[in-house]
Amino acid sequence: MATTAIPKTKVSGGSFLLEERRPEEVFTPEDFTEQHQLIGQTAEEFAVNEIIPNAEKIEHKDFSVTRDLLKKAGELGLSSVEIPEAYGGLDMDKVTAAVIADHIAKYAGFATSWGGHTGIGTLPIVYFGTEEQKKKYLPRLATGEIVGAYALSESTSGSDALNCRARATLSPDGKHYILNGEKMWITNAGFADLFTVFAKVDGEKFTAFLVEKTFPGFSIGAEEHKMGIRGSSTCAIILNDCKVPVENLLGDIGKGHIIAFNILNVGRFKLGAMCVGGARVSLENSIGYAKQRKAFGKVIADFGLVREKLANMAVGVYTGESMVYRTVGMMDVALSEVDKSGADAIKEIRKAIEEYAVECSIIKVWGSEMIDYVVDETVQIYGGYGFVEEYPAERAYRDARINRIFEGTNEINRLIITGFLLKRAMSGQLPLMPAIKKLMDEVLSGPSVGEEVEGPLAEERKLVAQAKKLGLFAAGSATQKYMQAIQDQQEVMGAIADMTIETYAMESAVLRAQKIVERDGDSAAMLPIAMTRVYLSQAMEKIEAGARRIIAAVAEGDMLRTQLAILRRLAKYEPFNTIGLRQQIAQKVIERGKYTLV
Amino acid sequence: MKILVCMKQVPQKDAPLKLNETGTWIREDVSYEVNEPDAYALEEALRQKEKHGGEVVVITSGPARAQQVLREALAKGADRAIHLEDNAFVGLDAFNTARAFAAAIKDDQFDLIFTGLQSDDYGYAQTGVVLAELLGWPHATIIMQIEKNESGIRVKRELEAGYFQFVDMPLPAVLTIQSGINKLRYATLIGIKQAKNKPLRKVSLAEVQSALGANLQKIERLYVPQKTKNTEFLEGPAGEVAKKLAEKLRNEVRVL
Ligand SMILES: Cc1cc2nc3c(=O)[nH]c(=O)nc-3n(C[C@H](O)[C@H](O)[C@H](O)COP(=O)(O)OP(=O)(O)OC[C@H]3O[C@@H](n4cnc5c(N)ncnc54)[C@H](O)[C@@H]3O)c2cc1C
Ligand SMILES: Cc1cc2nc3c(=O)[nH]c(=O)nc-3n(C[C@H](O)[C@H](O)[C@H](O)COP(=O)(O)OP(=O)(O)OC[C@H]3O[C@@H](n4cnc5c(N)ncnc54)[C@H](O)[C@@H]3O)c2cc1C
Repeated sequence: MATTAIPKTKVSGGSFLLEERRPEEVFTPEDFTEQHQLIGQTAEEFAVNEIIPNAEKIEHKDFSVTRDLLKKAGELGLSSVEIPEAYGGLDMDKVTAAVIADHIAKYAGFATSWGGHTGIGTLPIVYFGTEEQKKKYLPRLATGEIVGAYALSESTSGSDALNCRARATLSPDGKHYILNGEKMWITNAGFADLFTVFAKVDGEKFTAFLVEKTFPGFSIGAEEHKMGIRGSSTCAIILNDCKVPVENLLGDIGKGHIIAFNILNVGRFKLGAMCVGGARVSLENSIGYAKQRKAFGKVIADFGLVREKLANMAVGVYTGESMVYRTVGMMDVALSEVDKSGADAIKEIRKAIEEYAVECSIIKVWGSEMIDYVVDETVQIYGGYGFVEEYPAERAYRDARINRIFEGTNEINRLIITGFLLKRAMSGQLPLMPAIKKLMDEVLSGPSVGEEVEGPLAEERKLVAQAKKLGLFAAGSATQKYMQAIQDQQEVMGAIADMTIETYAMESAVLRAQKIVERDGDSAAMLPIAMTRVYLSQAMEKIEAGARRIIAAVAEGDMLRTQLAILRRLAKYEPFNTIGLRQQIAQKVIERGKYTLV
Repeated sequence: MKILVCMKQVPQKDAPLKLNETGTWIREDVSYEVNEPDAYALEEALRQKEKHGGEVVVITSGPARAQQVLREALAKGADRAIHLEDNAFVGLDAFNTARAFAAAIKDDQFDLIFTGLQSDDYGYAQTGVVLAELLGWPHATIIMQIEKNESGIRVKRELEAGYFQFVDMPLPAVLTIQSGINKLRYATLIGIKQAKNKPLRKVSLAEVQSALGANLQKIERLYVPQKTKNTEFLEGPAGEVAKKLAEKLRNEVRVL
């Protein structure tokens, strides 16, 4: 394989909206090192040889199997890439973490348990634990000897988690916190050993505690009967005068919110990676089925409407990979600049990851909606068999749905995306406002010739630039009207988030295709280019619709007409022949019998 | 015991193969993997080392991409690796590959050399046997099991029709290993991480050139078999038809 440029320059979070990136500035799956590939192979073999053959047992909640597999995963090192070496971990890069999540995702029931354990179950201690807490728990979490869980949500407060009712009071002898309350929907609860539990000290100060399941006063409720991921454990936990030693206080009293939000941020990218991995499996099931199912004397893979679905799924996987690995690649560059032996190393690491909160929310939202599309069309391709339990389509369909709900609902994440960008804009950290002003001046001064873009994928890059302008234009119109009060206009915030998400997706797809062209030439990039074009066409429709929605809400009369004229100008492009492109893509994936770029 | 394992990188089993321009081999732009029996050979070597101590060395010949199989072997527990690195090694026949290996390891002293039974691409099953001949060592093929004893080793060979043969042989020796004889281990992440720091010696074509000769085997032409369909109706009384059918199945189709 030819050597590729692995990015070295650090970029700031959200800056993709304003700056143009070069292919060598982004990481793509084609840049995997020998080590990433070997680790991917181990994770793949583990999924195929150990997880899949056990899926049926796990689906029936034989959690002893899950515990065994978590132990095996731990022994292989698959569960400790984010744990420092000093505590039995491997301390590897985030690309590795994403590669593993991508492969483990082949069976969602187990992937949820593994993700809960290695992510929200372990990371609170990695990022906020004291030296003693890390020494005590991390080595055993790393090997899977003990399993972790994270208890934030309550029956009356999920998204609004800070509003929890669980409380903690210091015992008279000052040795314990006494916890009371109930937590709801806790992943791994049925078999976990260690829980990060949030409660308010003295009913006010939101605080995290490390609670072992053996502590007196701790008990676990019955398993929920769920729509999907039935192979994972989800129960309530009950704290009834639960005695937690004071040394198990996690972080500072009253600072639990920092932990609660950070942990979701630092783990979210892996959910994106899992959605991509899950979607790839569904696509491959669909291809296999479509190639052998006959109707009207043909296999259904010969029908255009089926081929169109297969192509769209492949486009989803391609774009998802591009976004996820670009994002983790950015984190790795930022993390490589952290002095890991420094006194503030952990804080710096957290900061480096949080820098990309917007991108992480984007891949969570986008990934969970992409996989929902894919599993839905998989059911469709399987027809009647898609609706019955004996075939894989039905389970995948149910399993995917949760991704839009947990780790912050997609609504909450959309608000995070726009809110975070606005905050950075207001503070001047991200020069959004000047960019908006410049664009407004430019468009109001009439049609401009527009710079000519040259080189590979020139048309596509131009479209990305247009998408960015459309987003800025709509956001500009909205902020002009609402000013700070835009925070209360959720539908507008949501539409801005949608445009932001689509822009990131478009650009990631284009940059990856461009990198492939520059490395291997046009002919090798035939499929990536086709997939990119299909994606751009879809995304432009959404972006244009979003902009139109916003403008219609903020302007009227002449103003509205002027703005619509500008919008049409910014959204104008010669359409790609997406029917032909999808045929090309479908032909290849059907020929290969799997997702492929060659 | 000091064991050398010959490991080859071959096209992935489900890779779509395209012929090269000259129609003599496949195009290079496919995905590759470790030749299956070679993976079992490595596993067997690692197990022998775990039982008896010693060293496991892996060797491959091929272009830069072939290094991946060595890294994988190092990650699984091999101690060091030798890479005969040059595009030209791809075109060598089994005799020349064996000569190149023999030249590359002339300063090493191995007790055992394992190769896979055969390679998934060319399918010659000769490299190991020729290597034994070049070294003047005894060899045994299609090995299912290896036990060390006072005088050397006792091996179990697979024969046709479910028969096995047990052979006592002295060391050093060359064994060609059958697939499926043990359970392959995974490369652990710690192993993968450590593999980066294990020694990997590169041997250039120039260093072994003098040991090589002209290829004795050459692929003249490679082509995709043409599918033909031919329907023949057997007519006559049932007894006669049955007889004719049996004859055809025996002599033409050869499935009886
Ligand atoms: C299988 C499963 C596993 C889970 N695992 C865990 C776990 O391990 N640990 C844990 O702590 N929790 C876990 N949860 C809980 C999960 O995180 C919450 O269900 C989720 O955060 C949503 O909270 P909620 O259910 O209270 O919904 P609500 O917050 O009541 O939301 C209901 C709807 O209102 C919307 N909404 C809420 N607030 C706003 C707002 N401000 N603006 C716009 N829309 C809003 C939401 O987007 C949603 O569509 C799990 C849940 C499930 C189902
Ligand atoms: C029991 C039996 C039954 C058979 N039945 C049939 C049949 O029904 N039909 C049929 O057509 N044929 C059959 N054959 C023949 C067989 O398929 C092949 O012709 C021959 O056995 C395959 O040899 P090979 O090319 O893999 O050997 P080689 O290419 O010599 O490879 C053997 C080993 O040498 C090493 N090696 C070679 N090159 C390299 C390299 N570049 N780097 C590192 N290591 C290398 C590897 O360890 C490899 O595994 C049979 C053979 C046997 C033994």
